[in-house]
This record gives sequence, C-alpha cells and structure tokens, in this order.
Amino acid sequence: MQFLSYLINGISLGSVYALIALGYTMVYGIAKMLNFAHGDVIMIGSYVIFFAFGSFGLNPILSIVLSMVVCTILGVTLERVAYRPLREAPSLAVLITAIGVSYLLQQVAQLLWTSSPKSFQSVVGLAPISLFNGELTISGETIVTIVACVVIMVGLIWFVNHTPAGHAMLAVSEDRGAAQLMGVNVNATISLTFAIGSALAAVAGALLCSSYPTLQPTTGAMPGIKAFVAAVFGGIGSIPGAFLGGILLGIIENLSKAYISTQLSDAIVFLVLIIVLLVKPTGLLGKKVNVKV
Amino acid sequence: MTKLKNLKKSTKSNLITFGIVILFYIVVQILSGADLLTSSFSGQLVPICAYVVLAVSLNLTVGILGELSLGHAGFMSVGAFAGTLVWVLLCETAPAWLALILAFVVGGIAAGLFGVVVGVPVLRLSGDYLAIVTLAFGEIVKNFMNACYLGYDSTGIHFSLKDSASMGLADDGVVLINGAMGITGVTKASNFTIGIVLVLITLIVVLNLIHSRAGRAITAIRDNEIAAQSIGIQITRYKLMAFITSAVFAGLAGVLYSLNFSTLVAKKFDYNTSILILVFVVLGGIGNIRGSVIAAAILTVLPELLRSMNDYRMLIYAIVLIVMMIFNQSPQMIAWRKRIAERFAARRAKGKHPTKEVG
Repeated sequence: MQFLSYLINGISLGSVYALIALGYTMVYGIAKMLNFAHGDVIMIGSYVIFFAFGSFGLNPILSIVLSMVVCTILGVTLERVAYRPLREAPSLAVLITAIGVSYLLQQVAQLLWTSSPKSFQSVVGLAPISLFNGELTISGETIVTIVACVVIMVGLIWFVNHTPAGHAMLAVSEDRGAAQLMGVNVNATISLTFAIGSALAAVAGALLCSSYPTLQPTTGAMPGIKAFVAAVFGGIGSIPGAFLGGILLGIIENLSKAYISTQLSDAIVFLVLIIVLLVKPTGLLGKKVNVKV
Repeated sequence: MTKLKNLKKSTKSNLITFGIVILFYIVVQILSGADLLTSSFSGQLVPICAYVVLAVSLNLTVGILGELSLGHAGFMSVGAFAGTLVWVLLCETAPAWLALILAFVVGGIAAGLFGVVVGVPVLRLSGDYLAIVTLAFGEIVKNFMNACYLGYDSTGIHFSLKDSASMGLADDGVVLINGAMGITGVTKASNFTIGIVLVLITLIVVLNLIHSRAGRAITAIRDNEIAAQSIGIQITRYKLMAFITSAVFAGLAGVLYSLNFSTLVAKKFDYNTSILILVFVVLGGIGNIRGSVIAAAILTVLPELLRSMNDYRMLIYAIVLIVMMIFNQSPQMIAWRKRIAERFAARRAKGKHPTKEVG
C-alpha cells in the first residue's frame, strides 16, 4: 500500500513534469532551441497566483487564468526580444542567451520579492480521497494534477493535428524554409508556440506549488531542468513522448526518494538522462534525424 | 628588435598574454611589499588565479571546441575534493612541497578521469544535448558529494551515503568527508605565487594546444564537423583531447581554490559557479584566451570594490550575457555594425584626402 501511495505521488509529480516538458518539447521541435528560461516562467506564474489568490483573495480559477495571461505575454516578449534576433545565429549563442534570460528572470524575482521562501496556498479545493479503509489517501492536488495533465495533453494533440495553426506548427518543425515558401507565417507560428508553452507553464506552476508549497525565485529552475530531462527521455519534439517521459521521470524520482536516498534522488534522475542519451539519444518516442551535408 | 618582428603573430600575441600575467604578479608583489593592499583584495588574489584558470579552460571547450559545458564547477569540485583529501592525509607526514604537488597532480588526474566519463557522451551528442548532460553531471557531483561520508580507522577505509554514524568507524577513526559539511580543518596551503604559476602553466598548455596541429584539428571540427571528418580528422580523439584538457585544468583550479580555505563544501561548486565562469568567457570573448584572463580577473575583483551594487551583480551578469550574445551574434546586428564601420572608414578616407572631393 505504501508502494502504491509513492507510485501515485510519483505520477502526480510526473504530470507536472509532463506539462512543463510539453513547453520545452514544442519550442524545441519548432524553434529548434532549448528555452532554458521555461522553468523560470513557471516561477513567475506561481508568484502571480501567489499574489492574486493568496494575497488578494481572487477566485482560484481567475488567478490561474491571470497567471496564464501574464506568462503568455512574458513568453512571447522573451521570444521577440531575446530569441528572434538570434534565430539564424549559431546554437551556442542562442543557448547562452537562454541561460542569460533564465538568470535574468530569477534575479528580477529576487529583487522584487526577495529570496525568502513564501508559503503557497493550494489552489485546489478538493478534499482528499481515502481508499482501502484509510490505508491509502490521495490528496485533491494529486487528482487534479493528473486529470489536468491528461486533459491538456489530449487537447494539445487534437489542436496540433486538427487545426490550421497546428498544421502550421508541424510544417515549421519539419522544415522551416519549406514552410515559409508554402505561405506559413513562421514568426507567428513560433510566437504561438511560445504562447502555448508559457500558458501551460502557468498551469504547471499552479499545480507544482499546490503540491510543494514553498515558492522562491529558484523554484522553477530545478523542475524546469528535470522537465527537460523528461522531454529528452520521451523523445524531444514528440508530444506523447513528453507525457510518457514526464510520468516515468516522476515515478523514478519519487521511488528513489522513498527507497534509495532523498539526497541522491536528483542525481538518480540525471543519471537516467545520461543513460538514455547514451543508449537511445532520440528518446523513447523520438524520430531519428539523419544529418546531411 | 628585428628578432621580435620576425616572430609569428600568434607567438607575439601569446607573449603579450604571459606579459600581462607576469606584470600583474610583479605589481601585486610590489604593492604588498609596500603594504598598500587592502585585506579584502589580498584575500581575492588566489580566487582570481583560480577563476582565471577556470575561464581559460572553459574557453577551450566553448570557444575552441565550440561546445557549451555547464558543468565546469563539477570538474572543479572533483579536483578540489580529490586534491584536498590528498593534502589532508599527507601534509602531516610528507614534506609540504611534495604533498602540495601530489595534491595538484591527484586533483588534476581525478578531474581528468571524470572528463573521460563525461567525454564519452560528448562524442555522441552536441549542442543543446551536450550542454544539458554537462549540467546533469555537475548536479550529480554536487548531490553525491553532499551525501558522501568518508573516514578511516585502524581497520581500513569506511564509506557511506547515509550519515556519519553508518560508516561504523572505530573510536580511533577519523572522519575525512562529513557529508554536506564537507572537509573541515584544512591547513591553508595556496598562495598567490602558486596561483600565478598555475595560471602560467595553464596558459602555456592551452595556447600551445590551440596553435598546434591538434588545435587546428579541433577548430576544424568546431567549424564543420562533417568537413573535418571528410579530410581524415579523427573527431573522437580531438574532441576528447580538448574536453579532457579543459577538465584537468578545472580540477587544478579546484585544488588551488579549495586549499585557500579551511573548509571545503560541495555546494560551493554549483550551477551558479558554472554560469559565473561562462560569464567570464562570454565577456572576455568566446575563443579569446587573453580576454578570458582579463575578464575573470576584473569580474572577481569588481564586486569587492562595488559592494553597494552587490544586489544587482547577478542581474547585471544576466543582462551582459544576453546583450553580448545579441550584439555579437545576431545577423542583423552584424550587418548593422558593418554599415557603421563602413561609414567611419568612408569618413576617414574623406578626411585624409580632401583634394579628392573637389570636382
């Protein structure tokens, strides 16, 4: 029973990773860049909810929507200001810029809201469910997180495969130049990708901080990096891959916390990344891309 | 004088770099002899040297090999722990100079071995994946050293990943690494002279590597891997060579840095430290070794001088990273700079030959 409880918590954590990983994987697939600042967008979104819901007592749904709007604007602005000028530049330059943006967001948050941790009030009002005569308790946060993740996942797959904007995304990720020749507005498509990824980050932030209620400027960094691990694990660029990778990573992390060592759980997660990249660099569901001269 | 003129351009440039380092050493020695140095500045001397070595070694990976490493602090940590362990064990029994040299050698080799371990994925990956693997490596090292307990007693060496009690040391046992508390009670051994010697050794090795046949092969791989492979350059060999050299020097810098303090904790060598070194490299100019030396030295001293700015320091670093990248690498910016330069050149030409304007 203990094991089942760890497993469910792992799936819940993994769902959050999956939501964050979706943002990574879509941006990576379409803009071909690793948006290091994605985790920090989550942090900013969580602060928005913290103030809107915790301090001003706004309706939880409204606070999440507000946070999504803020994150969307932030994500699109970052893309426009920092990443778009470097779209044709070497990937090293883009990567260093992304690290700079990530650092910038953390430092701004630290100056605005100090580095002292804030205790985040859960946005989920669902009572915990007790199963097997109280032997297994599942918190409301866990249920909402898992359900939200599955719903968003299905919605996103539908969006990409059945709408003109989604087709444009697929086209740009396949071949940017060819897509442009076919009349796809590449800039708008990339902006849309950043917008969707950042809005999902806001949702992920709300769910993450509801389950793990300490909020500080570095809150987003570690989950962000782990979500990238999840995206790589599942195969970068693949939406179901991000889901699968996120869930598996969450389970691995929680089980190693429970049975191996709390301190080493992060190290184990990263070890998974290195092993995956050594054995199957394209991830579980990724496509193999041949490099041509 | 004619001899100096006949030198190769690269040799001349290298001599200038060495000259700057030696000049810095002499100036500091004179100032400290005249008792003109503030205590906070003299406390910064060894860290300056360590950061210069780190920046130069990271520039080898980022600028010459063209791959981003975000785990440089991890190599530093490995070197620091290995070297400090050797120093703690030997400084009582062996002569100090021998123990110190052994500490540096062991620290460098340990970091180099980890360079091999991380270098294997390097061969299969590049770009973003490689960056994330090095980041993961740095985090693994930090987590592992934070949870690592090591000690010895009459029955042998004890090791645990839980806590110091579970090592099962006998009463006469000595704890060497105490988890997150790290190694304590280290006799300080680093000084400015050792630091400068290490900086010079690093510069000699790295600059010679860059201007050697191997260095040209490495830059060829950076510029176009497939083209380099097609003319018979062994990608694996040269990539590993650059990466391991970089790791070894990061380890040596770690030994230098840690022996400057009486305690050594793993959390000093975190992601932020790796980024800090990256800022040095970017600000000094990617691929420009002399730039790294100067940027590392200035950026280590500057925060001490501008204490009131301390809250904004990291913010400024972040902005520096973004602005430098956009200014140097964005195609529009490059075109814009070219236009400006042409305009200046045209104006200068006008000024020089005013007669041409007539007619």
